[in-house]
Amino acid sequence: MTKAVPRTQDAVDKSASITQENYRFLQQHVYQHSGIVLDEGKHYLLESRLIPIVRDVGLADLNALCHALRGVGQAPLRNRVVEAMTTNETLFFRDKSPFDALRLKLLPELLAAARHRPLRIWSAAASTGQEAYSIAMLLLEQGVQPSQVEILGTDLSEEVLARAREAVYSQLEVNRGLPAPYLVKHFTRKGMSWELQERVRKMVRFQQLDLRSGIRPLGMFDLVFCRNVLIYFDLATKRAILEQIRGVMQPHAYLFLGSAETTLNVDERFLRKVVEGAVLYQSMEARA
Amino acid sequence: MSQAMVVDDSRTIRRILTRTLQDIGYHTVEAGNGLEAWEMLECLESPLDLILLDWNMPEMNGLQFLRKLRADRRFDDIKLMMVTTETQAEQMLEALEAGANEYVMKPFTRDIIEDKLRLMNAL
Repeated sequence: MTKAVPRTQDAVDKSASITQENYRFLQQHVYQHSGIVLDEGKHYLLESRLIPIVRDVGLADLNALCHALRGVGQAPLRNRVVEAMTTNETLFFRDKSPFDALRLKLLPELLAAARHRPLRIWSAAASTGQEAYSIAMLLLEQGVQPSQVEILGTDLSEEVLARAREAVYSQLEVNRGLPAPYLVKHFTRKGMSWELQERVRKMVRFQQLDLRSGIRPLGMFDLVFCRNVLIYFDLATKRAILEQIRGVMQPHAYLFLGSAETTLNVDERFLRKVVEGAVLYQSMEARA
Repeated sequence: MSQAMVVDDSRTIRRILTRTLQDIGYHTVEAGNGLEAWEMLECLESPLDLILLDWNMPEMNGLQFLRKLRADRRFDDIKLMMVTTETQAEQMLEALEAGANEYVMKPFTRDIIEDKLRLMNAL
């Protein structure tokens, strides 16, 4: 999920300003330390990734950050900048093991349980769509017909959902985690980017949603991916969200959380299981 | 310890890739082109588990090397990942059909290499 950061336009414009010389300095810095080429005109990327650092360390703007990076003894700051420019993307097939579990164990069971209705899968922190589309591609590869499944992707941010619906990804994004045979089969090259083919796009519907609001209207699900989002919330909110999620899980349904997340000490009404190296959860109440 | 070969005519790329592989536990050897890689492959004492292979190189290019490798049953167990500036879908398909297990487009990051190795069960 993308966290909205409220700020005024003035603040954005001032802190995001950068001279051409400093832009080139950052290009070189990121390339030297990560191999990533930052093209001309990617000011929005610099802004979205580096302004949080600028604010955190109490600097005025990106130029001041460049000045600080040139100084001695700034290795932690330099690493932080490189990390900010190279991580936090939503990946295709992130963590691998949930997808292995789905492919090897869960899918036949879930299809049997869904019987004559479509299998319903929810990507609860869909961001720019990679998780939902990974599920769609995996199901297609397993011979599931698009009519047999409904995949819903939700996120707080309409901005990222617009990108998810567009389904056009940069070379860097498709390089990460997406198996090359899937790229060749399900994407079409579009200039310097890659566009997901319509057959896969049509399997996923995206909808704006704040997890802290009521999620009952979404209906019931057979499988829920809610990964790397609970970490942003305090305990009470985590508890409330997990309770709501339990409320929309079919009795046989499974929940995947992020690798650093757990229901332990948050909501004890989940049963933890390990399948194909992936940790997943079922509602105890539903199974009782 | 698993053994990997990095084949690229750029010393810088070889250095980056070998460092990544060594950090995750591979013993590494390097070659500057396909021909050199083939000659090295023939006389290695312990078997190779993994090859990271550039496409455009002098003497013997990556695709030529890949086809030669996959035609030789002795090397059936070696996993191979292309790491190249060739970014067209047709080229990617050509390499996969020739027997590449994975494909990374340059520029890459360490995370990209590790993610792809994970996909290949080589990490």
